Amino acid sequence: MFVEIEEIAKEFGAERALHPVSLSIPSGALIALLGPSGSGKTTLLRILAGLEFPTSGRVLFNGEDATGMSVQQRRAGFVFQHYALFRHMTVFENVAYGLRARKRKERPTDAEIGRRVNRLLDLIQLPDIGPRYPSQLSGGQRQRVALARALAIEPRMLLLDEPFGALDAKVRKELRQGLREIHDTTGLTTVFVTHDQEEAMELADLVVVMSMGRIEQVGRPGDIRARPASEFVRAFTTA
Amino acid sequence: MSDIAYPVRANPVTTEPRLARYILIGTVVVLIAILLFAPLIAVFSEALREGWSAAISSLSEPDARSAIQLTLLVAAVVVPLNAVFGIAAAWAITKFDFRGKAFLITLIDLPFSVSPVVAGLALVLLFGSNSALGAWFIAHDMKIVFALPGILLATMFVTFPFVARELIPVMMEQGRAEEEAALTLGASGWRTFFTVTLPNIRWALLYGVLLCNARAMGEFGAVAVISGKIRGETTTMPIMIEMLYNEYLSVAAFSLAAALAMLALVTLLLKSLLEWRYADLLSATRRH
Repeated sequence: MFVEIEEIAKEFGAERALHPVSLSIPSGALIALLGPSGSGKTTLLRILAGLEFPTSGRVLFNGEDATGMSVQQRRAGFVFQHYALFRHMTVFENVAYGLRARKRKERPTDAEIGRRVNRLLDLIQLPDIGPRYPSQLSGGQRQRVALARALAIEPRMLLLDEPFGALDAKVRKELRQGLREIHDTTGLTTVFVTHDQEEAMELADLVVVMSMGRIEQVGRPGDIRARPASEFVRAFTTA
Repeated sequence: MSDIAYPVRANPVTTEPRLARYILIGTVVVLIAILLFAPLIAVFSEALREGWSAAISSLSEPDARSAIQLTLLVAAVVVPLNAVFGIAAAWAITKFDFRGKAFLITLIDLPFSVSPVVAGLALVLLFGSNSALGAWFIAHDMKIVFALPGILLATMFVTFPFVARELIPVMMEQGRAEEEAALTLGASGWRTFFTVTLPNIRWALLYGVLLCNARAMGEFGAVAVISGKIRGETTTMPIMIEMLYNEYLSVAAFSLAAALAMLALVTLLLKSLLEWRYADLLSATRRH
């Protein structure tokens, strides 16, 4: 699915989180929203997910206006910063949640749900952790379960908020590779938020550098490094 | 530097000298005995001073029975209502941002800071025959003051904060991310509430409900004012106990007091039982 953001602005009371920003996300791309904290990158991600609504502007999915579409209708797989796994459910039930939440007519049978959950647990290379609770998992495992849970709803796009932020350096490297592989197998349009320029440059096809609610530059990692559009971009991407 | 010998501590750093430990533990045991167990034992021994049969027959007096029934009825109506209100208030305060939130939190605490007697008096003024509202209700044949609705209102007012106060810190700590996750996975608001929010707060909710229940059954001040203390009609257990005690019917008074204490003990027992039964689940699902 390709996504267009047209002149999206967001205000929280008197505070301006996003100045009107525009961005086109080609279908199947892996995009990084890169910027320091307070740059509006998470707000933009949440607007795409339908968790926030813009003060003005439009969002288009495959050319259709999706600005007023509810979060449930958007079917965006969302991975939260601290994963937000349901702590009172097993890993299996966490991953199955989105399928069980479907309307009766569209809901798969229990056997089918079981098959799909196990397939996803295989995909994240944790086939045996279905019966465990989130509190019994390591940070890296939780992150992968959150990814599996988001993929279970057969999302139209994948949105990740600082997916590697809470992990140590070694695990982070492994999971970066994991995300790249999952993106390449599923072909999903994927947007992730990060403040780590190295992560953005290494993983993304297209990097969107943001600062203070504005998009400073959009480009391929190499182009941004070679031709930074502003002093901010130059300083931030070489840091 | 390296040849300075440090004395080896035999005890771990977190313990105190033996004498201090015994003094502290002893103080706590004595305090618990005096403040918690002695009064309870006194109530039960006074109730049974003339034997079991005297205690039981005093409990089966019509007035005593109606007091027990009234108290149970009040708790049965008030506790579920305040559980729902408490959940709604805590949900609104912790999961949404809106103007006047701080004011709402203060409002929830109001019953804690206002004396129950004042609350009872306020209700009498509001719904009594001297007020326009009270006159309207009386004209439509609805008795509020000196009747069951008044007792329910007073008890509801006094016990309102218990559930909300118990839930707000827990829900605040849990944040909104799990609810948002459920929504992105396609769950409706109700489904999110029942499958994510409610299971996460069930223990806090249980504690809140138990506290609310204990207070609903034991409330004296507000009910004393608004009930009019009509014997056999509007006397709840605490009111009846006071009346019997003032009439020097001490076996009857203490028997009823013991029965009230038993109700509280049963709810505590129930709570411990549930905790014991679900101990594994509790430790597995709690975050470190």
